[in-house]
Amino acid sequence: MPNGKTQDLLTSALKGHDAEYVEIRLEESSLTRITYRGKHLEEIGKTSSLGGNVRALVKGGWGFVSFNNIKNLHNKVELAVKQAKLIGKEESKFSPTQPMLDRVTAEAKKSPMNIPLATKKELLDEYNDLIMSTPKIQTSTIGYHDSQKKVCFANSEGTYIEQNRIDVGLRLAAIATADGQVQQVGLSIGSLGDFSAIEGLQPKVKELAHRAVSLLSAPQAKGGEYTVILDPILAGVFAHEAFGHLSEADHVHENKRLQELMVLGRKFGSKHLNIVDGAAVPGLRGSYKYDDEGVPATKTYLIREGILESRLHSRETAAMMREKPTGNARAINYRYPPIVRMTNTFIEPGKVTFEDMLSEINEGIYAKDWYGGTTSLEMFTFSAGEAYMIRNGKIAELLRPIVLSGNVFTTLANINAIGNDLDMNQGGGCGKAGQSPLPVSNGSPHIRIRHCLVGGS
Amino acid sequence: MDDILSQAQKVAEQAEVFQATTQTTPVRFEANRLKQIQTKESTTTALRLVKNGRIGFAQVNGFVKPKELVNMALETCIFGAEARFDFPANQAYPSVQIFDPQVDRLAIEDMVQIGQQMVDALIKHTPELVCEASVSKGITSVHIANSQGSKAVYQKSFFNLSLEGVLVRNDDMLFVGDSQSSCHPILNSETIVAEVTRQLELASVNAHISTRPMPVIFTPLGVASTLLSPLIAAFNGKTVLEGASPLKDKIGKQVFDKSFSLWDDATLPYQVSSHPCDDEGVPGQCTPLVESGVISSFYYDLQTAALAGKHSTGNGTRAGGLPTPSPSSLVVNQGNVSYEDMVKDIKEGLVIDLLMGAEQGNILNGDFSGNVLLGYKVERGKVTGRVKNTMVSGNAFDVLKKLGGIGKDARWVGGFLYTPHLYCLELSVATKEG
Repeated sequence: MPNGKTQDLLTSALKGHDAEYVEIRLEESSLTRITYRGKHLEEIGKTSSLGGNVRALVKGGWGFVSFNNIKNLHNKVELAVKQAKLIGKEESKFSPTQPMLDRVTAEAKKSPMNIPLATKKELLDEYNDLIMSTPKIQTSTIGYHDSQKKVCFANSEGTYIEQNRIDVGLRLAAIATADGQVQQVGLSIGSLGDFSAIEGLQPKVKELAHRAVSLLSAPQAKGGEYTVILDPILAGVFAHEAFGHLSEADHVHENKRLQELMVLGRKFGSKHLNIVDGAAVPGLRGSYKYDDEGVPATKTYLIREGILESRLHSRETAAMMREKPTGNARAINYRYPPIVRMTNTFIEPGKVTFEDMLSEINEGIYAKDWYGGTTSLEMFTFSAGEAYMIRNGKIAELLRPIVLSGNVFTTLANINAIGNDLDMNQGGGCGKAGQSPLPVSNGSPHIRIRHCLVGGS
Repeated sequence: MDDILSQAQKVAEQAEVFQATTQTTPVRFEANRLKQIQTKESTTTALRLVKNGRIGFAQVNGFVKPKELVNMALETCIFGAEARFDFPANQAYPSVQIFDPQVDRLAIEDMVQIGQQMVDALIKHTPELVCEASVSKGITSVHIANSQGSKAVYQKSFFNLSLEGVLVRNDDMLFVGDSQSSCHPILNSETIVAEVTRQLELASVNAHISTRPMPVIFTPLGVASTLLSPLIAAFNGKTVLEGASPLKDKIGKQVFDKSFSLWDDATLPYQVSSHPCDDEGVPGQCTPLVESGVISSFYYDLQTAALAGKHSTGNGTRAGGLPTPSPSSLVVNQGNVSYEDMVKDIKEGLVIDLLMGAEQGNILNGDFSGNVLLGYKVERGKVTGRVKNTMVSGNAFDVLKKLGGIGKDARWVGGFLYTPHLYCLELSVATKEG
């Protein structure tokens, strides 16, 4: 990226168009990936990228141009405006924000950029050896990445922001086989710029390899309805899938019936239920100072004391719904326009201890750790990496991985205990409209849900 | 490109440069209205080296400085995996038709009109539906050159229609949708509109189903959402090599129902997953994976094939890193049972279009478990309505072991799977009580 002159370059390219709004984003990034499969390192590679995009608004219609060749930005602005004009037939709706001038450096407690490849490989070798030396383990997969990214953003309202971020991620899986059966257990860790988040995992890695082996002889849950306790990681995924996506205003803003369903003030759960999203909390994987429209990050109560209080917005959805922008417009990279996304989503802690929660259950399921999750807004499914039967108030036998499913409108109301032990999971990535995996974090204390549908034999 | 290759050859034993330039133009409709027109251009250049027998890799998106790219790749060579293959020598590629100049010539205004027709047709059918649609066209140019003297160059055109609708009634939401891809422009939206209309009609009333094992018909969309991921994982040469595929020692053995055959085909004309060569310059081919229930082959890239003592099947695919095996178009053979006869055969059962979350289970073992996002109840030989709050669980390999029938008619799903309906005699179904 042309050093120091980027601001002048973007400002001059933004001159002389007749659109209502235009923005330009230039992005420079570099990525290191290391993967293992089985005993051996499979791939080590480096990628660097330079590209950008222009977005233009004319009478409610959007033109979007993305490119790798950053020359002739003026022509790209012209093309985006021309495309927007082809569409625009109505009045644009776009919330006003203050023009901003800022430069944000990357948060990096222990930056992976300063750590030699050999040291990274040494750590991963150690984890892989721990998995592969466990009896009955057939193979492993390890995926490590670190990346740094610089984004320069300018718009026709006078905003110019430079933001830098560093991301680290590690996913480990142990795969055990016996008699034609294959079982796997995974672990996913991430951090905003802190390599130490993925250090010192030896005990966890050992445990996951042993659990993969135990799953070979574990029974499958019987399908049906159960009272379930979710651990903080899985409950965080639940908050993200079951409610977070429904709170994204782009699903709601042009659908009148859905607006009636998601009317602010609607009761969704007990008065102990509070669900929050916000990038303004520093140091988490979904944290930033400005979103990809240059709007400052906030902290938003989606549900406060069981009542729907607000939702997540871009500048356009906020204007359409006559609400305030929340700084949730995000683009995974320059190839995509920003859309409404979550950041750090969590259920606030209550007062119940895990032991009390457990002691009241005769037969139920304790589901832990994240494997995956998805939503259709109304219906959601998410899967637990680890699950146990609960019998007579105690944790009993290990189960094969389970998939839980429910309907958001009834399930939130079925939460009947919220723990006191909030924990955030940094290992997740969120997918929406082809933009995946976007770094997010989610979390919760332990929660207990009645009548939860579990798939099984 | 030549400059990168010649600089790389000076410092490494073997080298390969891969370059892809793509231009796409998506036209997007939101909430029944034209909302956004995009133009996307991207260029990716990747360099793979072999030095001291080890593989190095680097990729640049955007402007390339050859020396920097070579140095980045060299830095990774020291730690890289041992290369077990040679890059392919210069050879003839099959003629695979994947370029239609009409795609490039189609005006944006015409794409807008096709999108509007799709949305209008659905709204006419169900006025309270809120639709999203997109009409996209694009062209990719691929160049591959390596130090063995091989050069591959091809251009592919692609076109895609996608149509989704959401219907909200009280606390009840219904999602319907489909997509269609081709290397030709798709000027007629009747097929996709007819499919989404079929979904709307079958789902017009809700029906309650029992919690118990019952027969299930997977529509082609249902096959894609439920059974495909376990098959893709199990036939991947890499999964087999590591011993993590349940099919690893089953070559030549009768594992699936005699009526079931499956193959991977990169040579089908004007299909978006077709190509004359894969991303490492190996000719595209048709590879039988299952023949009448017998496992016949797995799919490979160069390195995996070399490690397994096999030949690459032309399935080396890039997704931002080194090539790795991935299928081109998967094709399931057509059978002799009509969908209507499958339905008639069922006392109580399900038809599944979309099982949400099915791929979140232990797919290596073939297990799936998901929520029936779009599925219908069959009662005494008739489809009686849409099923909700219902989970279906099973094992893809068990399903294919004993099929109740394979459909007569097949269709493309998502440009990568051609399949008929599959009739499964018994699956576990769990539903919310009351």
